[in-house]
Amino acid sequence: MELDRRSERTKYWKVFLTFAHNSLVRDMTFRTNFVLQCISSLGWTLMNVGFYLIIFQYTTSIGADSGWDRDKFFLFIATTWFINSLVQAFFMPNAEEFSELIRTGGLDFALLKPIDTQFLISFRRVDWSALSNFAAGFIIALVALYSLATRQIEPMTPSILSILLYVFFVACGVAIMYSLMICLSATSIWLGRNQTLYNFWFYITNFSRYPMEIYNRGWGRPMYGFFTFIIPVLLVVNIPARILAKPISPQTWEDQLLIVWGLAATLLSLWISRWVFKCALRSYRSASS
Amino acid sequence: MRFLPIVTQIFLWYAIFDSIESTQGGNLESTEIRGFHFTDIVAYYLLTMIARAFSSMPGLASGIAREIRDGEIKRYLIQPIDLISFLLLTRIAHKMAYYAIAILPFALVFFLCRDYFASGWPPWSVLLAFAGSLVMGFLIGFFLEAAIGMIGFWFLEVSSLLFVYMLFSFFLSGHMFPLTMLPDNVATVVNFLPFKYLAYFPAAIFLGKIPEEDLPMELAIEACWLTFFIIVCRIAYARGVRRYSGFGG
Repeated sequence: MELDRRSERTKYWKVFLTFAHNSLVRDMTFRTNFVLQCISSLGWTLMNVGFYLIIFQYTTSIGADSGWDRDKFFLFIATTWFINSLVQAFFMPNAEEFSELIRTGGLDFALLKPIDTQFLISFRRVDWSALSNFAAGFIIALVALYSLATRQIEPMTPSILSILLYVFFVACGVAIMYSLMICLSATSIWLGRNQTLYNFWFYITNFSRYPMEIYNRGWGRPMYGFFTFIIPVLLVVNIPARILAKPISPQTWEDQLLIVWGLAATLLSLWISRWVFKCALRSYRSASS
Repeated sequence: MRFLPIVTQIFLWYAIFDSIESTQGGNLESTEIRGFHFTDIVAYYLLTMIARAFSSMPGLASGIAREIRDGEIKRYLIQPIDLISFLLLTRIAHKMAYYAIAILPFALVFFLCRDYFASGWPPWSVLLAFAGSLVMGFLIGFFLEAAIGMIGFWFLEVSSLLFVYMLFSFFLSGHMFPLTMLPDNVATVVNFLPFKYLAYFPAAIFLGKIPEEDLPMELAIEACWLTFFIIVCRIAYARGVRRYSGFGG
């Protein structure tokens, strides 16, 4: 039985590798287009970095006493970039295709395959060019870490433990985003067509781009609560970025509670998205024929 | 929903002003970045929404390029219709129909945010200049994008080029942040570019960031840019049509 499950797992892994390979072949067929896509997404990164550099000409940190000074904030940006590029590379093209499959009835074929439908739907395409932003995030992170380690005031280097935790929670963040995306695209089964998916996605993730502290005041509080506990997009970037950018030892119990909640939120949202997906599939009624 | 990105932006700027205030002392009212107080920033973002409502042309350039590629552009060549005027009139009609409805949520948001307009309504002359800059912003946006779409006569695939243009216009039009915050030497260059008329310029006029005595000159420069783009667009179209060859039915 145990052996069975393991061979099952390697099978899925193999299928995934085949998907990734096929996508790479497809991307490489139109190589110039691929390069142009990489360049334009790097352009977007550069513009954002420019914007934040301009901001930090005028201020020393984002929010009074929040501790997000320039280097730490750039670590935050790098984290956003990691997570977004992973989501865009692995899930975005699939979510778009899913809506299309439902509309055209192509989902029938996916349902017939002897493989978990959610797996098949979520991993079919890999957009390799989106990973160029992952590299960009890596460079930003390295520069920020270097200047964080060598600066005069409060130099710091993250410990091995915090780096490991960081990687783990980046994965959690990707999982939360993935769940959200599956839920959103599953709604197109009910709506027939969900073209606003991309817009909606953009608006929601917009909130995850900045440190969560900035929402925690005045009329931002309801939003702060909503995006932490109901749709946990604020946790996605904030938890890993906090682990890396703020030293781990003098931590308040609030921080620890947040980490625990982050873990719980990941599991919960994965579970809920699975449930929503299955519910949605049950009301799927093909197209034509 | 379109206002949500602004909401996050407002929180970001509030946090920024908050930290400047705490390091330099003083209070929120006296803290400023290059002449922009916190309330000005919020007003600025709201005003750029209006400017963008006029100057943004979703799908114009890509539409022209597609029609060239698919050969649909033939019908403008054999019918007694001028492509550019036809598209311009379509745009005007579309904008009017769309914003006849959208003016309600706009008005509501502006009414709710009226406190952020600290200096109240500007004088009539400024309002007039504001209206003029909006109309010219619309026209510049139109002819600029149409001219870019005409590149489709020479290259078949322009989508990546369009994306680059979009990036530039997003950054340099002041949609992202007030252009005065750029470092001085960069700001000088950006001030010579036409992108600022798409978002920054109308908002700056309304907020009184451009001295009133300079207004006529600035508007004249904008008119020059507009003429320039009309001419470029016309030449590109005339040249492009000469290059163009349609096959089949």
